[in-house]
Amino acid sequence: MADRSPRRLTALVGLLVLALFLLPWVVGRYSVYLAIQILILSVFSLGFNLLFGYTGLLSFGQAGFFGIGAYACAKILLAVPNLFLGLGGGVAAAGVAAVVLGFLSVRHTRIYFSMLTLAFGMMVFSIAWKWRDFTGGDDGLVGIPRAPLEIPGLWSLSVATQERYYYVVLVVSLLAIWAMYRLVHSPLGLTLQAIRDSESRAEFAGVPVRTYRLIAFTIAGLYAGLAGALLTPLENTVTPGIAHWSTSAEPVLATLLGGVHVFGGPIVGAFLFFMLKDIIVRFTQYWLIWLGAIVVALVMGFRGGVASIFARR
Amino acid sequence: MLIAELPDFMDDIAFQGLIGLSMAMYLWLISAGLTIIFGVLRIINFAHGSLFMMGAYLAFTFYGQLGLPFWLAILLSLLGVGLLGLVMERGFLRRIYGIDEAYQLLLTFGFILILDDAVKIIWGGVFKIPAIPPFLDGAWRVFGRSFPVYNAFVIAVGVAVAVGLWALFEKTWWGRIVRATASDREMANAIGVNVPRVFSGVFVFGSMLAALGGALGTPVRVVAPGIGAAMIIQAFIITVIGGLGNLKGAFVASLIVGILSAYGTLFFPVFELFLIFAIMAVVLLLRPQGLFAR
Amino acid sequence: MTTELLKTEGLSKRFGALAAVDGVNLTLPSGRLTAVIGPNGAGKTTLINLITGSLLPDAGQVYFKGEAITRLASHQRTRKGLSRSFQLMNIFSRLTVLQNVLLPVLSRHGSTLKPLARVDDQAKAVAEAGQILKEVGLWEVQLHPAGALSHGDQRLLELGIAIASAPELCFLDEPSAGLTPVERATVLDLIRKLAVERQTTFVIVEHDMDVVFSLSDWIVVMNRGRLLAEGPPSLIRENLEVREVYLGEELSA
Repeated sequence: MADRSPRRLTALVGLLVLALFLLPWVVGRYSVYLAIQILILSVFSLGFNLLFGYTGLLSFGQAGFFGIGAYACAKILLAVPNLFLGLGGGVAAAGVAAVVLGFLSVRHTRIYFSMLTLAFGMMVFSIAWKWRDFTGGDDGLVGIPRAPLEIPGLWSLSVATQERYYYVVLVVSLLAIWAMYRLVHSPLGLTLQAIRDSESRAEFAGVPVRTYRLIAFTIAGLYAGLAGALLTPLENTVTPGIAHWSTSAEPVLATLLGGVHVFGGPIVGAFLFFMLKDIIVRFTQYWLIWLGAIVVALVMGFRGGVASIFARR
Repeated sequence: MLIAELPDFMDDIAFQGLIGLSMAMYLWLISAGLTIIFGVLRIINFAHGSLFMMGAYLAFTFYGQLGLPFWLAILLSLLGVGLLGLVMERGFLRRIYGIDEAYQLLLTFGFILILDDAVKIIWGGVFKIPAIPPFLDGAWRVFGRSFPVYNAFVIAVGVAVAVGLWALFEKTWWGRIVRATASDREMANAIGVNVPRVFSGVFVFGSMLAALGGALGTPVRVVAPGIGAAMIIQAFIITVIGGLGNLKGAFVASLIVGILSAYGTLFFPVFELFLIFAIMAVVLLLRPQGLFAR
Repeated sequence: MTTELLKTEGLSKRFGALAAVDGVNLTLPSGRLTAVIGPNGAGKTTLINLITGSLLPDAGQVYFKGEAITRLASHQRTRKGLSRSFQLMNIFSRLTVLQNVLLPVLSRHGSTLKPLARVDDQAKAVAEAGQILKEVGLWEVQLHPAGALSHGDQRLLELGIAIASAPELCFLDEPSAGLTPVERATVLDLIRKLAVERQTTFVIVEHDMDVVFSLSDWIVVMNRGRLLAEGPPSLIRENLEVREVYLGEELSA
């Protein structure tokens, strides 16, 4: 995946980042809200694509970790209103879950793996739905504060306004994107791609394939958990729906739209996803049928995704 | 518990086992279809559960809303879903057989999304359950309790399907062709089998089995959107436990899960939901290839 | 000085009623290029799979440099110095040619788990990978995606990946399959050269008798899962049983 003209690309990215920082000054409140959601979905989808595009594992259950991240953040913020803790706790909880569920899943062939991820994702949903005492059941948890960033006793920064929260999400997302970029261009990234291309060959190159799949799965879970944790303070509520398989479909569609084999694909796709959703939801409440139709259309005709037009093969 | 209560307790257990057995039959019907399709075409149709759901909705429409005779309603729903399966296979899946199986999974995942909303658009939300057809109504006295005749009917259908499938694949000409195609499609092709047609046929057959499961549930189970996804997950878990592609395994696993779930509801209602996942996790840990793996 | 690199004792594998490999006792010393031949279904590939860890045996043991490796995972056997290439092309098709060879090198150096380092910065590994590409003749195409190479070049790449793990013992499963005569000669020369320069002991599974007799120091003949005969090419040629079972087929074909 060589960059065509690194300087030009870097300049473009730099401009984009600058634009993102200036965004709240230029657009209205609703657009900032949308931008936050796009950033969250980007993080979510990057994790998904590490598994799919880079490691060759298709997971339909990432929403399970998204949900765990969101609920963990919620429980923490309701007890200790500290955003650092909330986000960190959400990520950690999702990571632990990913290690456990990953261990059970990665030892299987790809089809089996995909089936298992759907099942495990829905297991998380079921627990969120039924465990009233802990998760609030189908009502979920409400009144979650948009807690300040705080180092107890030393420093505290309120992020109660949407603008301030936008900057939190922006900085965290940019860090996550940067980390993922470094990761896929690292020896680890190379190893994962080799596993994707030929598991047996990788095995004979000395790579313990299962272990590396588990690593990829855990990282994807961490990213999903981060995305979920970032969502909670935005909405101030969590409901079981965020762990449902229809939520798992969102990073899938975003990645397909933007391009599976391009690093920036999931990010472009997240943007396109919300643009499409925004349009469709104005006409009908039946958004899933359109989501499904787009997935079908992409698979049948246009698997490269939009961003692949711009990337060198 | 007093000794004197023991016989009652045993009766309860036996009765609950029968309930579980009838529940297992729905799982069996949907898993059988999934297993057969996988065994021959080597694909997993994620939307298989949605076909179960369509079978239920169609049967409800024909029997519950249009008032057609029960057997006719079931037949029509099988045909309807069979047609849907044909469209899925011929129109879409067939065109992407050669490419990465991940895209086949993505395609069928897209189908779930479409079908789930489609039923909401066409039929709206949740329904009343229609009356049980009179000749299957009533209850028998079994183990000191009332065992609905309809449950016995479902068990009978399930067992009949099991025997029928065995006979089909072991004894008939079509069954042998299907088995040959399943084990080596190039060879089958070389000896003159029309492999694409066998694929379509098997896909439709498997889809109709799922529809049968859905349709049978019409007078006793609530038909609602979302059961498609719930059922496919149950079918997955059955195949994990029984071994992917293994029909006998699917039958036994359905029995295990159905009966244990019934006991779960009786003794540990809180964990009943979790139970099926717990069984799967245990199997994954101890015997990952399934209980009856080849 | 030759060492006993590989030894199998009573190695067996059944598939249902069929004994694909039946009680094979094989010893492979270092430095001797061995060819494994036999009719179709003789069990050659199954034997390689058992020795390299793609399959686990039903009975018997495998020893590598005196150590029992019978139940070790494949990647662990590679770490110990045992590698293979595949009959059906098995390369990392979306990666560049250089990356294909770089991976086994990185793995050997223990560098695969660095999540934030840059691949391009692994200078030593990159240099080594480049060196291997030069040896197999693929230096010019190092930045091409491996899937875009010609069939012959992909076979060379297969070889490159196999030796990038710096194996002492390397199994090549039909290395010349599907190659033009020119390509075949290139591959064979390369194997000879690598055997000497890298002190790698090669074991090739082959159907092409010309290749076998021109390349190997030693021939092992299998039939129906058993070791039928083994010896230097001249002796094998004369061996009546072998001629009957195998060369007879060749001659009359």
